[in-house]
Amino acid sequence: MSEAIRFLEPRTAVVARRATIIGDLVDLLPPECVVHEARELVPFETDAFVAYRRLPLAVVLPKTTEQVAAVMKYCHRYGIPVVPRGAGTSLSGGAIPQEDAVVLGLSKMTRILEVDPANRTATVQAGVTNLSISEAVSPEGFFYAPDPSSQLACTIGGNIGMNSGGAHCLKYGVTTNNLLGVKMVLVDGTVIELGGKHLDAAGYDLLGLVCGSEGQLGIVTEATVRLIAKPEGARPVLFGFNTSEEAGACVADVIGSGIIPVAIEFMDKPAIEICEAFAQAGYPLDVGALLIVEVEGSEAEMEAMLKKIVDIAGRHGVRTVRESQSATEAALIWKGRKSAFGATGRISDYICMDGTVPLGKLSYVLEKTSEIVERFGLRVANVFHAGDGNMHPLILFNANDPEDAARAEEAGNEILKLCVDAGGCLTGEHGVGIEKRDLMRHQYSEADLNQQMAVRAAFDPDWILNPSKVFPLEGRPAA
Amino acid sequence: MTLTPHTENDAAYVIRNAASRGTTLSIVGGGTRSGFGNSVIAEEILSSSALSGIVDYEPAEMVMTAKAGTPVAEIEALLAANRQMMSFEPMDHRAVMGTAGEPTIGGVFAANVSGPRRFVAGAARDSLLGIRFVNGRGEIIRAGGRVMKNVTGLDLVKLLAGSHGTLGFLTEVTFRILPVPETVETIVVSALDDHSATQAMAAAMAMPVEVSGAAHLPQTVRARFLDGQLPEGEATVLRLEGLEASVSVRSEKLGDMMRRFGAVSRLGPEPSRNLWQEIRDVAPYKGLPKKPLWRVSAAPSVGHQLVAALRLEAGIDAFYDWQGGLVWMQMEGDPEEQRLRRYIKALGGGHATLVRAPDAVRAQLAAFHPEGDAVATLSARIKQKLDPGGIFNPGKMAGV
Repeated sequence: MSEAIRFLEPRTAVVARRATIIGDLVDLLPPECVVHEARELVPFETDAFVAYRRLPLAVVLPKTTEQVAAVMKYCHRYGIPVVPRGAGTSLSGGAIPQEDAVVLGLSKMTRILEVDPANRTATVQAGVTNLSISEAVSPEGFFYAPDPSSQLACTIGGNIGMNSGGAHCLKYGVTTNNLLGVKMVLVDGTVIELGGKHLDAAGYDLLGLVCGSEGQLGIVTEATVRLIAKPEGARPVLFGFNTSEEAGACVADVIGSGIIPVAIEFMDKPAIEICEAFAQAGYPLDVGALLIVEVEGSEAEMEAMLKKIVDIAGRHGVRTVRESQSATEAALIWKGRKSAFGATGRISDYICMDGTVPLGKLSYVLEKTSEIVERFGLRVANVFHAGDGNMHPLILFNANDPEDAARAEEAGNEILKLCVDAGGCLTGEHGVGIEKRDLMRHQYSEADLNQQMAVRAAFDPDWILNPSKVFPLEGRPAA
Repeated sequence: MTLTPHTENDAAYVIRNAASRGTTLSIVGGGTRSGFGNSVIAEEILSSSALSGIVDYEPAEMVMTAKAGTPVAEIEALLAANRQMMSFEPMDHRAVMGTAGEPTIGGVFAANVSGPRRFVAGAARDSLLGIRFVNGRGEIIRAGGRVMKNVTGLDLVKLLAGSHGTLGFLTEVTFRILPVPETVETIVVSALDDHSATQAMAAAMAMPVEVSGAAHLPQTVRARFLDGQLPEGEATVLRLEGLEASVSVRSEKLGDMMRRFGAVSRLGPEPSRNLWQEIRDVAPYKGLPKKPLWRVSAAPSVGHQLVAALRLEAGIDAFYDWQGGLVWMQMEGDPEEQRLRRYIKALGGGHATLVRAPDAVRAQLAAFHPEGDAVATLSARIKQKLDPGGIFNPGKMAGV
C-alpha cells in the first residue's frame, strides 16, 4: 500500500463515538441498509485506485432520497464526514473512504423512474449503471451518449461526480453536456431539484457546478439525462501508422478538416500488443500506432465520411486501413479498446494518467511521456481519446516492489505536470480525487484555488463531504 | 462615470478600489443586452470595451481565446474565413431590444446566449472551456482551460456563464469552435396546428437523421420570416446540416416521415441560413419595444400547452424553437408574470425570463424566474463568496 498521498487526520471525537453512530444509523435506516461489521466493510475500503485504502467507520446503502436526507441531516449535526460512492470504479480514489467517514453508497438506488420519448429524457435513480440507461431506452430507439470504459459497472451518480467522458464524447460531449437535471440532498439534509426536462438554468448554473464536483457539494439521488436517437449504423475503422507522430498529425488534420467522427481513439505499439493479445480484435501488429475512427449514420453517409478520412490518412503515410465488415467485427474492435485497462492489468500493475492537452501538442507530449517513463526505468502503454486530446498513458510497474511503485507515482506526476505545461489540464474525465490533489497547485494559482474552495464552502462550510479529496490539504480555509 | 480599463491588471485595480470604497459597479460590454434582467442602479459603470482582441486562434485545434470586449462580429468574421463557427449560434439581441452598438464575446457568455442549435449542440456554456475574470475582491481568477475535457476542480466556468456580471468581471474567454457544415437544408411541414407540430418535431427528433434545428412558426408569425416566402399556413421547420451526401440521404428519409403529418417542401442552403438566423434573432418581434417579450424554457412537449392555456386569459403571440421547448412569447399588454409562472409550474417546471418590457413594467417584476428557497439561499451564498461586498450589478438577478 502506498503512503505518499495523505488523508485528513480522522476526527477523534467522531471515531470515539463509533458505536453510538452505528446505533443511530441503524435506527434511521432499514437494517439491510447499514453495514458496520469489519469484514463487511472491506469491500468499501478502496475503489479502482487500489494503491490506497482506508476502512470506513460504517457504510449506509439507502434506498430513497428521504433516507439519504436523513443520513445527511444526522451526519451534518454531528460533524461526521460522508464519502459518496457509486460503483467504486473511480481511477483517482474519489470513493476511497477514511476512518471517521460514513460511506454513502448508491447501490440500492437502481430504479429507472421514467423514460420520456417525446422529450427525449430519462429520469433515473443515481445508482443506475451507465449502460443500463442505454439499455432501458433502446426499445424507443434512443441511447445515452457518454460511455466511460467502465460503463457496465459505473453509476450515473458517479458519472455526475466525475463529469465522466468516454470514447464517444468527441461528438456528443461529456456528462455535463448531457445532464438536464438532478435531485440532490444538501449537506444538511435539504432536498433540492436543479434543472429538469427543460434547458438552461433560471438563475446561476448550479447544475453545471455540481457536475464534476466529486461529491463535495451534495449527494445526487436522481438524474434526468438527455437521450439521443440511435444512429442507423456505426462503423469503426482501423488506421495503422508507422509512428505516433504520423497518427497524431492525422488526428489534427481530420478534426481541422471539418469532420467530427463519433470517436477517434489512439493506441501506441505496446497498447496494441496488450489489447490484441487479450481481445484478438485483429489489430495490426506491424504498425507503430493505431487509430480507431468511428463514423455513424446510413451506409451512404458513412461511405462519404470515410472516404474523406481515408484521403487524409493517406497524406500521413497510413499503412493499414481496415473497415469492420460485420457487427461482430465492430464489437471486437471496441472490445479491444474498452478492455485496454483490464488487459493491461493482466500483464502488469499499472497506473492510468488522464491529462488532457491541446490537439497540436499530442505528438510532443507523447514523445516527452516516453522520455519521462524511460528515465524512471519503467514502461508505458498509451491508449486514449485522441479527438479531444485526452491522454491515458498507462505506466506499468510492479506493485510488490515499493520502490517501483514510488517511481511510477513520480513518473505519473511528471507526466501530468507536462500536460499542464503544454496548455492542458491534470484530468479530463477521471477526476482529481486524492490521486492528483497535491498537483492542483501546478495548474491553479492560490487565488484560483481559494475561489474554488470558497464556492465549495457555500455548499459545505464544515468540509464533511468527501473531505480528503480534490483540494490540497494545506492551505484550506479554517472550517 | 464609466471606467474603461485597458488591461486585466487595471481592471483588478479598479475593482479593488471600488470594493474598498463599497462603490457599486454596473458591468457592460457593448451594451446591446443592457435591458436584460432587472434594472441595475450602480454608482459607476465598468466597461470591458477596451479589453479587446483575439488572443489565440489555432483553427486546427478548434479553440479560440479572446478578450472579453472583443466584438462578436470580429470573431465571426475570422471564423468564417476559416469555415468555422460558434456552434451555439449566439443570438443578436439588438433588433428585439432596440439597442445599438456592438455585441461583445464577453456579453455572449455572461448572458449564456444561445440559438436554435442549443437543444442538440448545447448552450454557450457548453462551448466555454476557460475564463479569466476579476472577482468582487479585485482578485484575478482563472478557471477551466483550453481543452475540451477538463474535470480539474470545481467548474467555475459554468457558474460564471449566464451569471450576467453579478459574480465577476470577465476579462478573457476561451471557447470551442466547430467547422461550418458543408451544406444545410430545411424541411418545411406546412399547416400543422401547435399540437400536431409538437408531435411532428418529436417524431423527427426520434429519427436517426440528426435534426439540428426544430421550430414551429404559427400563422401569426409565418409571414414575418423570409419576407413572407415560406409556404402558406403554419410552418414547422426542421434543419439538416453536414456533408452534402449525408444531408441528401437524411433529407429524403425525414421528408418521407414528415409527409405523414402534412405537406412537405424544402429550402436550400441560402434561405435556410437566413431563416435560422431570423429564428435565432426572434425576427417577428423586433422593433416593438413596448410589448413585453418573454423567453420561456419548458419541456418540449408542453410548450404549446402553455401557450394554449395563456391564450384563454391574455393577449399573446408566440412561436417555438428547440423542438417546442423554447417559447418566444410577446404579450399584447400586461406582462402577465404571475399567470405565466403559475402555468409553467403546473406544466412540470421550467422558467421564463423577461427579455424586453417598458422600464416602468420592468421595475415592477422579476426578470428572472424566482428560485425555490433552498436554491435561492445557495445562490446568495455563492454570490457572497465571489462578490462579498455586493458591488457587481446589484439587483440584476433578483435576490443576488
